[in-house]
Order: sequence, then C-alpha cells, then structure tokens
Amino acid sequence: MSTTEQYTPIEQTGVGKKAAGPVGWLDDRLGLAGVAKKNLRKVFPEHWSFMLGEIALWSFVVLLLTGVFLTFWFQPSMTEVEYHGSYLPFNGLEMSQAYKSTLDISFDIRGGLLIRQIHHWAAALFIAAMIAHMLRVFFTGAYRKPREINWLIGVGLFSLGLVEGFAGYSLPDDLLSGTGLRFVDGLIRSIPLVGSYLEFFIFGGEFPGDEIIPRLYMAHILLIPAILLGLVGAHMLLLVYHKHTQWPGPGRTEKNVVGYPMLPVYAAKAGGFFFVVFGFTALMGALLQINPVWVYGPYNPSEVTAGSQPDWYMGFSEGLVRMMPGWESTFFNYTWSWNVFIPAVGGLTGLFVVLGVWPFIEQWITGDKRDHHLLQRPRNAPVRTAIGVAGMTAYGVAWAAGGNDILATKFHMDIYTLTWIFRIGFFVFPVIAFMVTKRICIGLQRADANRILHGYETGVIERSPEGGFSERHAPLPAAQQYTLTAHDRVPVLEAPAETDANGVAAPHSRKEKLRARVQRFYYRDTLDKPTAEDVHHAEEHLGHHDGHPVELGDEFQGVSETGVPRVH
Amino acid sequence: MLLLGLVIAGGAYHVFAPKPAEAQEVTANDVEAGRNLFLIGCASCHGKNATGIETERGNNYGPSLIGVGAAAVDFQVGTGRMPMAQTAPQAPAKNPEYTAEETRQLAAYIASLAPGPAIPDGEYTDLGKANVDDIREGGELFRANCTACHNSVGAGGAMPGGKYAPSIKGVSAKHIAEAMITGPQQMPVFSDDVITPEDKRNIIAYVKQVQGQPNYGGLGGGGLGPVVDGMFTWIIGIGGLVIASIWIGAHGARVKKRNS
Repeated sequence: MSTTEQYTPIEQTGVGKKAAGPVGWLDDRLGLAGVAKKNLRKVFPEHWSFMLGEIALWSFVVLLLTGVFLTFWFQPSMTEVEYHGSYLPFNGLEMSQAYKSTLDISFDIRGGLLIRQIHHWAAALFIAAMIAHMLRVFFTGAYRKPREINWLIGVGLFSLGLVEGFAGYSLPDDLLSGTGLRFVDGLIRSIPLVGSYLEFFIFGGEFPGDEIIPRLYMAHILLIPAILLGLVGAHMLLLVYHKHTQWPGPGRTEKNVVGYPMLPVYAAKAGGFFFVVFGFTALMGALLQINPVWVYGPYNPSEVTAGSQPDWYMGFSEGLVRMMPGWESTFFNYTWSWNVFIPAVGGLTGLFVVLGVWPFIEQWITGDKRDHHLLQRPRNAPVRTAIGVAGMTAYGVAWAAGGNDILATKFHMDIYTLTWIFRIGFFVFPVIAFMVTKRICIGLQRADANRILHGYETGVIERSPEGGFSERHAPLPAAQQYTLTAHDRVPVLEAPAETDANGVAAPHSRKEKLRARVQRFYYRDTLDKPTAEDVHHAEEHLGHHDGHPVELGDEFQGVSETGVPRVH
Repeated sequence: MLLLGLVIAGGAYHVFAPKPAEAQEVTANDVEAGRNLFLIGCASCHGKNATGIETERGNNYGPSLIGVGAAAVDFQVGTGRMPMAQTAPQAPAKNPEYTAEETRQLAAYIASLAPGPAIPDGEYTDLGKANVDDIREGGELFRANCTACHNSVGAGGAMPGGKYAPSIKGVSAKHIAEAMITGPQQMPVFSDDVITPEDKRNIIAYVKQVQGQPNYGGLGGGGLGPVVDGMFTWIIGIGGLVIASIWIGAHGARVKKRNS
C-alpha cells in the first residue's frame, strides 16, 4: 500500500526550483520555516458546526474593511448644521453634523449606502454568529478543561461585541439611535448613588450634551476594536495551542486530532468561507434595507417614534425592562429605580456572570479535572443540555418582550396581556423547557442504546407462521457502535463522608453535602450506555428472538443503517 | 432625481386625490335623509336623538354625537369604522357601509344638531400645493406630534388594553385631516388653533412623501424597525451561512495522488 503512493517533493517541481532562492533569502532573515512547517500542516477536524465561530471571525473582518470606508466620510460631531443634500424632505433642516454626514454617506457618496448597509448587516451577523458558536461550544461541552480560559475570552468577546454594536448604532444621531442612547442614559442613572454622577461623566453634562457622539466614536473605531482584535488573537492562539476538539469516532482519542491539514485544505476552505460570508453580507446589504436613518429624522430628546427598538442583540435587555413592574423606592432623599436597575443593569451583568462561571460550576459539580478533547453529544449530558435550553428560553422570552409592541400590533393582541404572559413565562417557560429537553435527551439516549443492542430497522417486514408481523433488524456496523458508546459511563455517586478518619465531623461536610445533592440532580435519570456484557448478550441471541439483530445474507433487500435502500 | 420623484408624486397625487364633496349645498332634504339613515343604522347605540345611550353603570353604550361635526361623521363612516361590527377595544377601519352620498347626508344631519368641525376645505387637502420647504416643516411637526404613536413612517403602533394607533398608509388626505381635527377614538384633537390647516396639509404631504418614496437600500421591513432586521439576520444570515457551512463541511479534501 505505502509503496504505491509517491509525491513529488516541492523542491523538485518547477515552481519550487525557481522560488528556492528568494524563499531561502527570506528564511535566513526571518527564520519562519520551522514555525511554518509545523503549523501549516496543523490538523483540524471536520464538522459544519466548527465553522460557526468562523462566521463571526469573517464578519468581523468585513466590519473592519467596511468600517474603514465609513470613517472616510463620517463626521462624529454634534455641531448643528443645516442640511442641503440630496434627500429633499430634509432640505434646510437643522441637524447634527453626525446625522448629516450619515445622510451624505447614504445619498451622496458613491457606494456609501451599500457599504453602510453591509457594515450594519455584518454587525448583526457578527453577534448572531458569536451566539450560535457559543451555543455549539456549550452544548457539546467543548469549554471543559483545558479550554475554560478560552471560554472566558469568548464571553469577553460577546460582551464587548454588544457594547461595540451599541456604540455603532448610536453614532448616526438619528431619532432611533438617540432613543437608544436615552435608554442607556436611564440605565446608567438607575445605578444607586453614583448613577447621576456617572451619567454626567459619560455624557459630559446633561443628556444628550454634545460630547457623547465623539466619545462613542472613539470607543467604536479605536478602543473596542483594538481590544476585540487582541481577544480574537488570543482566542485563536489558544485554539491552536489546545488543538481543536473533535467528535468521537473510530481512531479518535483524547490524544490525537483526526482531520485535514491547515495547508492546503483548511486554508482553501476557510479562505473560501470568508468570501462566502463577505458575499452574503454584500447581498444582504444590496437587497435588504437596514436602519433607514432618513425616515427617523434627526434626534430630538422631546421626540420618539412608535416601534423604537434596539438592534436585535440588545432586545433582551429592552424586554427585561419592559417586563419589569415599576418598582421604585426613596431612601435618604434618593430615588432607587429598581424598575430599571434590576432588569437592565442586573440583566446584562447577570447574563455574562452566569456564562462566565458555568464551566467552573460544572467542574465543581462533576469533580471532573481531566482534560477533554472529545466532544459530547448534547443528549449524553441531558441536564446540561436542558439547562442550556432553559437559558435560551428565558433569553427568548426577554427578547420577545423587547418587541412586545410589534407583536401586539401584528398579531392584534393586548400589550398588557402580552406583558403578563412574558412576566409569568420568564419564570415558567424555562422550567417547562428544562423538563421537556431532558426527557427528549433521555429518549434519544434510549434510541441509541436500542440501536446498539437490537440493531437498526431494515425496513423488511417478515410474517411468521402464526401470522404475526415483525420488522427485521440488522446489527449496526462496529464503527457506529463504537461512536455511539465512546462517551464516559455515568459515574457512581458516593455519599459525602460526614466524619474524617478519626471519627471527627469533617470540616467541609456541609459544602460536600450540597455538592452531593447538586451532583445527584445533575446525573439523575441519565441513561447509561450499554455495557460490553449487554452487547455480548445481545449478540448471543442473534436470530433467536424477534427484534434482535440477524445476519444479513447477500440477497438482503432492505435499507442500510443510514436508511438508504441497498438495492435500487 | 429626488426632486423629480417629489414632483411626480405630488403631481400624481394632485390628479388622483379624491376631491372632497365641497361646495355642495346642504339642503333640508339632505338633513332629513340623513336622519332617516341615522334612525336605522346608528340610533341603536347613539340614541334616537344622537345624544348617546348611558348604561346602568353610568358608562357610554354609544357616545353623544352632539357637536362632533360633519368631519367626525365623514371620518368614522367614510373609513368604515362606523357602524361597528362588534364591541372591541377600538373600531377598526374596514370597507365603508354607506355610499359617499349617504355619508354626506348623515354628516349633514349630525352637523345640523350643533356646530362642530366641518369637513376640511379642499384647499387644505390638496398636497400638490406643498413645496419642499412645506414638506420639511410638515416633517418636523409630524415627528413632534405624531410619530410617538403612529411611527416614523406612519406604520402604526401599539397602545394599552388592545388599542392601537392605526397605520396611516393608504389613508386619504381628507381622512387624515379629519382625524386631526376631530380626534377619533384614542387620538387627541389637534384643532386648527394648535396646528393650522396649512400645517396639517404639510404634515400629510410629508407622510405621503415618505410613504411614497422608493425603499432606498432595498427591501424594507415595512417601517417596523430593527425587529425585522433581527429576523432577517437569523433566518437569512445565519440560516444561509449554516447551509454554506454544511456544504463546505460535507466536501472532504481529495489529495491528488500519483501512482508509480
């Protein structure tokens, strides 16, 4: 086998001979050959879900490219000017320089509106892709040791991405973005004691003042992108250092990575995917209108438009505020706005704190300190998957509440009824989602066990001499049996020791008891995979019992294990 | 280009805009005919003398129509809001039940009961007379007074208790002007002392301009704002790119081998 495959070394090809001189010159001075040799052949595993983070990465690149274009013409100034551009309904209207330059980009700069729309769509996609990627990492357990720090970097990227997006859509200084700024102004003011001082510090005086746009601009194009770039770099370096996680399967272990090398396969795939993402954002920017700033008009703190919403990724915090009862109290001559502080400040920080501590909480529950490079299927960690879906449900309820007015008008519902549905649903729906998801996971685990022990359904119906009908089952290929059983067994839980070796009450027994209880909750009802004995037992009964796997003859006419007919 | 569009839109509106039934003498016959229509179709809620009907709890079964004027009748009946099909938080617009002639007769009868706002003069609903500056001023008034409920392109908005500010897309200039004068349902009254008839015309001209102009930048979300953008982001953006990922992931690499 090995003797039949031969490759021409690159040095002996025509291109190689010609390039040897200059490349050698460069390597003598940079010494990159050693690093490149190792990393260009770096192996990455293959799966579509590993490309979700790549969507975020590439839309970030699109954001950088289009953002540079926009900075050529955008003027971050709140100086009042009179508009005399191409958009006639505003001819002669007083507005800020920022809004005027946004209108100019949209109507008077060649390609400006297209680039502005690409930039905005790419921003919306950037956050969406980060969330999709984060959910993939969460549900497959890819954040487990040694990748906790990379998970934290990801949470940092997510939170900074939200701030960056908010800063961006506040810049045009139109009526909608000003309303968003007003929301954040209220959020800052609701912070007890220091809120109003912070507000004056950030806005340079009373809202809106004339400082906030230049300041947000600095944050939007310099400060936050620089931090984002640094974090993206760290995120990727850690990815290379840890090596990518992979799905379990034959030949795949905790110690290897099975896949294709960086060069040429992933360089081509990832490079091509960049153009796919760029193409998608360009198509959306060309065909779908986003943030038509000209219909909103210039910002005026006394005006607002019905249907004012933040961009989608801030919708959940808007919704939390809309759901919250109007609680306020007055102590020591200060108003304490719980109605804003709890949902807005608490909701935003709460989300990131929960995300940040989860890997450590799970580690404390399971006590698992091993390295993990093989992914878990969501069904094989039913409680984690159920917690994740419950969290998504709570987020979804808050998100929907952020659009309660649109839902009310479009579906002809009472906005008060909707608010109560969301208020109750925020607490009840996640519990229902938890129970349903957990049951679905366990059901899928049972289905897997059934396929291992009883084989797959061939689609061949047999009639017994007694007249009973049964479907013929065939044994699953060994590779698939292996893949389905490559995960850990459910650990045997032990009661915490209440006393130490000398019979004295153990110092941490209360904490250990709590841990034991959480552990029981975490593993309860999880179906363990069949033991080797179970499988041998099933094999022994081949052909003896209905429903047990039977050998397939050459004349077999049913379907394969993937459901494809053997004979067409 | 925009100027051209503006001129065409304004001109087209000028030609096609429905002319109000102005300068038509209201005769005693009209009032009598209107009263007969009223007794059949309206009196069951508004009372035989249009003074309204009070329920035992002191609420309105149907409000009094004394002094609401011809403008209110023309708006409510002309947009199909009255007669109501059923009790609801708010009377929705629907196909009118009465012909233009019958509506005019009903309006004549109600106007004869007590003085009230008249149907606006055709001069103030003729949008062709609004120039660029008028439209800009109309926009300023629209953002200050109307967008909070009706949205920046007049797409409408939600209100408490199942009520809503309706969409003002496709509503005639006359009916918008009448709504401003009479303040139907949840809407406040913007009398001619507060917003002059010229300013009302300018507001309508701005709304018609914004609603009539092309969707610069591509397919819009109906003026509903970022909620629709979020939907497009997830369905078209993430959905489409996941399909692309699956396609890329499903195609393994083929290493070119040379056998020797």
